[in-house]
Amino acid sequence: MSDSLVPGAPVSAAAPAERRPTDWRTAAMERRVRQRYAAERRFRLLGLAAVVASAAFLLFLLASMVARGAGGFVETRIALPIDLARAGLGVTPAQLRGPRADLALAGAGLEAAVDSAAAGAFPRSGGPALLSDAAWLRVREAVKRDPSLLVRRATIDVPVVSRLDIAFKGGGTRADRAVARSLAPRLSRGLNLDFLAGADSTDPTRAGIWGALKGSLLTMVVTLLLAFPIGVLSALYLEEYAPRNRWTDLIEVSINNLAAVPSIIFGLLGLAVFLGTFHMPRSAAVVGGLTLALMTTPVIVIAARHAIGAVPPSIRDAARALGASPVQVVFHHVLPLALPGILTGTIIGMARALGETAPLLMIGMRAFIAAPPERLTDPATVLPVQIFLWSDDVQTGFIEKTSAAIIVLLVFLLAMNGLAIYLRNRFETRW
Amino acid sequence: MSNAPPKMTASGVDVFYGAKQAIRNVSIDVRQEDVTAFIGPSGCGKSTFLRTLNRMNDTIPGARVSGEIRLDGEDVYAKAMDVVQLRARVGMVFQKPNPFPKSIFENVAYGPRIHGLARSKADLAQIVERSLTRAGLWNEVKDRLGDSGTALSGGQQQRLCIARAIAVDPEVILMDEPCSALDPVATARIEELIHDLRGRYAIVIVTHNMQQAARVSQRTAFFHLGQLVEYGDTSDIFTNPREERTKDYITGRYG
Amino acid sequence: MSPLALAFVICALALIGWVTARARAARFRRATARRFSSLPQHHGWFVAMGTLLPALLFLVIWHLTSPALVTEAVLATPGAATLPPPGLDRAAILAEARNLAAGRGYGAFHPLSERLAPAYAAAQARYDWIATSAALLLAFAGGALSFLRVRPGFSARTHVERVIMGALLGASLIAIVTTIGIVVSLLLESARFFRVVPITDFLLGTHWSPQVIDPRDPGATLGAVPLFWGTFFVGAIIAMAVAIPFGLMSAIYLTQYARPATRRWVKPLLEILAGVPTVVYGYFAALTVAPAVRDLGVALGVSWASSESALAAGAVMGVMIIPFVSSMADDSLSAVPASMRDGSLAMGATSSETIRKVLVPAALPGVVGGVLLAVSRAIGETMIVVMAASGVATLTLNPFASTTTVTKQIVDLLTGEAAFDSAKTLAAFALGLTLFVITLLLNVVALIVVRRYREAYE
Repeated sequence: MSDSLVPGAPVSAAAPAERRPTDWRTAAMERRVRQRYAAERRFRLLGLAAVVASAAFLLFLLASMVARGAGGFVETRIALPIDLARAGLGVTPAQLRGPRADLALAGAGLEAAVDSAAAGAFPRSGGPALLSDAAWLRVREAVKRDPSLLVRRATIDVPVVSRLDIAFKGGGTRADRAVARSLAPRLSRGLNLDFLAGADSTDPTRAGIWGALKGSLLTMVVTLLLAFPIGVLSALYLEEYAPRNRWTDLIEVSINNLAAVPSIIFGLLGLAVFLGTFHMPRSAAVVGGLTLALMTTPVIVIAARHAIGAVPPSIRDAARALGASPVQVVFHHVLPLALPGILTGTIIGMARALGETAPLLMIGMRAFIAAPPERLTDPATVLPVQIFLWSDDVQTGFIEKTSAAIIVLLVFLLAMNGLAIYLRNRFETRW
Repeated sequence: MSNAPPKMTASGVDVFYGAKQAIRNVSIDVRQEDVTAFIGPSGCGKSTFLRTLNRMNDTIPGARVSGEIRLDGEDVYAKAMDVVQLRARVGMVFQKPNPFPKSIFENVAYGPRIHGLARSKADLAQIVERSLTRAGLWNEVKDRLGDSGTALSGGQQQRLCIARAIAVDPEVILMDEPCSALDPVATARIEELIHDLRGRYAIVIVTHNMQQAARVSQRTAFFHLGQLVEYGDTSDIFTNPREERTKDYITGRYG
Repeated sequence: MSPLALAFVICALALIGWVTARARAARFRRATARRFSSLPQHHGWFVAMGTLLPALLFLVIWHLTSPALVTEAVLATPGAATLPPPGLDRAAILAEARNLAAGRGYGAFHPLSERLAPAYAAAQARYDWIATSAALLLAFAGGALSFLRVRPGFSARTHVERVIMGALLGASLIAIVTTIGIVVSLLLESARFFRVVPITDFLLGTHWSPQVIDPRDPGATLGAVPLFWGTFFVGAIIAMAVAIPFGLMSAIYLTQYARPATRRWVKPLLEILAGVPTVVYGYFAALTVAPAVRDLGVALGVSWASSESALAAGAVMGVMIIPFVSSMADDSLSAVPASMRDGSLAMGATSSETIRKVLVPAALPGVVGGVLLAVSRAIGETMIVVMAASGVATLTLNPFASTTTVTKQIVDLLTGEAAFDSAKTLAAFALGLTLFVITLLLNVVALIVVRRYREAYE
């Protein structure tokens, strides 16, 4: 075997100087190995620390939002003794039966009656100043439910003013807390329905998120209706049909780049094109939806291309061998198999759009809007923008409202992301 | 044949991947002065068994080894055994050449550096030169030690990997089908090299190529379905196998 | 007829076309034994498309052109003779009249608009009527013509598929249209800005205070260097100082050390960090982190530690980027062939030696590409800096001092009450253009680096 099988290969190099085998038992070597293991442990610990620190930050963020925002779902109410029979409202219970109840109550001076009842009940603590702006509305609702309140004395729970609400929850100034303590027997807590069902307001006790939530919903509908079909169709084109040429490259580069363009640039685009050129209404859900659709489409395209590319070529070959046309191959076989992956990507893209703020500020969605939008062209705001607006408000009552709105937003986002993860795990196919 | 104690001994080794048993009750001796070849059809467990010898199976999640493997009488799987030292003493060359994406010099210097084997820069350079010379690569690369190891040809890369393994002065070198990714010319060079290295290191080579086993080894072990079917002198195995299965395999009935 | 009802009628027509064509084609099939290239439903789709597409195309074009036609018609009425000459006033009156005519708006501020409203309503009604009948006519004609082509030998499928392919191509062209839209709109507005402010003043000036623009020399207070520095300081230095070590070490721990079960749980958990909306980070930065950072600065003896410090915004931004860096590093590390790792371990290297000396150097190009993408994302991030950074532009190296960034200034400039074409508004577009160009360069370089790296190991 020592004869070279290959012409020209050296038979053997000159024997180099011998070297004694390594002695692994020396003290120096053992110390070195110990040090290497210590370094190993330190490095591993460092990695673990990085993971734990990131997770801890997340938990701290969530916990601080929950701690601060949980109070936003709760309102403080005060038991207000009121005698509407003596208030001289000039409305009879009979007028309240039937559809004209609102009209009958509108001019009756109920607000003044509530104020004077408060002045009478809590003369030393500030009287009407203790009540929220929403207090008389609560009385009005109670009267509509039970017209007999008009002719008798009753005690109705009404929401208190923001600073007293904060004081009763343990915050605020010392003076406010003293007032809260003195009134404590009359104070109670309850679910703040106004927060869930109302729209923005200058009074933190009346401010609600339904307006913003509805705005978000309308915006997302527009975004989904545009971004999903366009995204899926362009992914199908690029992955299945596009010829390899410069045009296709240009499309691919555009899409990859758009996915990484800062969102605020899309806002500038929306401002210049939709508002500046097409004169679409400012602050409308339809413009917000269009802007976010431009931003979300590339995300969906990229996710969809991944999902489509993961469908094995053997399935296309099988369909083609049966005489299916290119369109049939894709729409009968490839698309259904790729759909779970596409949906996952779409949900993640939509979640990102739902949390987006900056581009919507650019197209004017930062106005104070006290009524939920009815149509796509109505002035609207969205949940993240509402959070931004409230976070800017100087009234301390908005702090817990901001955090509470963040909780609502995070619940939506977590639900969407959870759904995406579930879909991924449930339908993930390894080819 | 000498009567010196074997370099490595394995007795009653079982290997499991999760619930699946890959190796059944294998006992084998590896002698210092021989090249030992493991042959057998693909999936027979020869590579798996090779990887138990330097505990590379530790890196595979779910792998479990029982039985006993000794290196110079020390239990390889004992708690006191340090994997880092074990692997320095039992080097390994892989199926596909896997030079690090570093320079040729750094590839060879890697082992001495991490184990602290060189006392000085000059010492390190000497180790590198000696290892490359022994691997038969020095003359080809001495003028471009700064080039990337991945820029070499496949055969050169594999010899670089052998030089890398030699650089830490191992006692045993395990080779896992070292030529299967190489062309015939490069394969011949590696076989030459194995021949030259014989005696200085105990060498264990896994191969699916029976001619190669016949050419390079003195002892041959035939594995089939996770079991050691037959183990003996290479000449006996190839000319006069005791077992029917060995004979079938060698004559090409299956594999 | 309202647009919704019109769309409904056209869709109904298309449905009728679909059903009848399908039935007709099915009858042909039964009548002959020949095999056809198209199924009955292909004929159905062909007729449905023939009904829908011309009408929809017409409506889209009509929608874009009809407002101008309506305005023309109104201007031709005698009431319009008293309008002021073309300009802002005139446009405002016309817009008001349009709103009044459509039943929107809160009343007329200008008496003229009230007089013009009926003319507007009349013109609008006339044109609506024209549009409705034309659309219906087109739908009907298109449907009828395509129905006539439904014959046994007619290959409806090829026609339908051609339309589908057209739709696919059209959808993918939207990306190019969007890119062109961004570039053109930013360039146009920036060009207007640079006609007022010399480009050298903007790019090289070191004084930024858009609140006090001197009309004779607007460039004097519109020097963007402090913004560029602030953006770089917050996004590329402070944020990365947080994101790179944490992201890289997390990726290393999760890919190399953690058990698969742990990895399966922790990875999505970290991804939640990336899913938290930026407005939440901004609120957290402003309300919790910024005061803490200021207190820390005071405790360290920094005399003017700001509550709108670069450190607070940058650090929170860094946390937001951690999962991004981590997943890029994860991908790069996973792309390093397992044989590298085995080779190093078989030499007797410990895991950390293998990671530090073999895996990370091998994965470095991928990691660098990921970091460049992360920087591009950080400097484009808006809400955190809008809520936690200050509006005052200062050239400072002190992380406790207040800084501002390009994105923060864009928001501040555009949310004032300034007119759309004032120098302030246009400055925002110039800043946007700069931001776009810088992120574009970063993305392109990063993608090239990452792609080269991937190819090296394939």
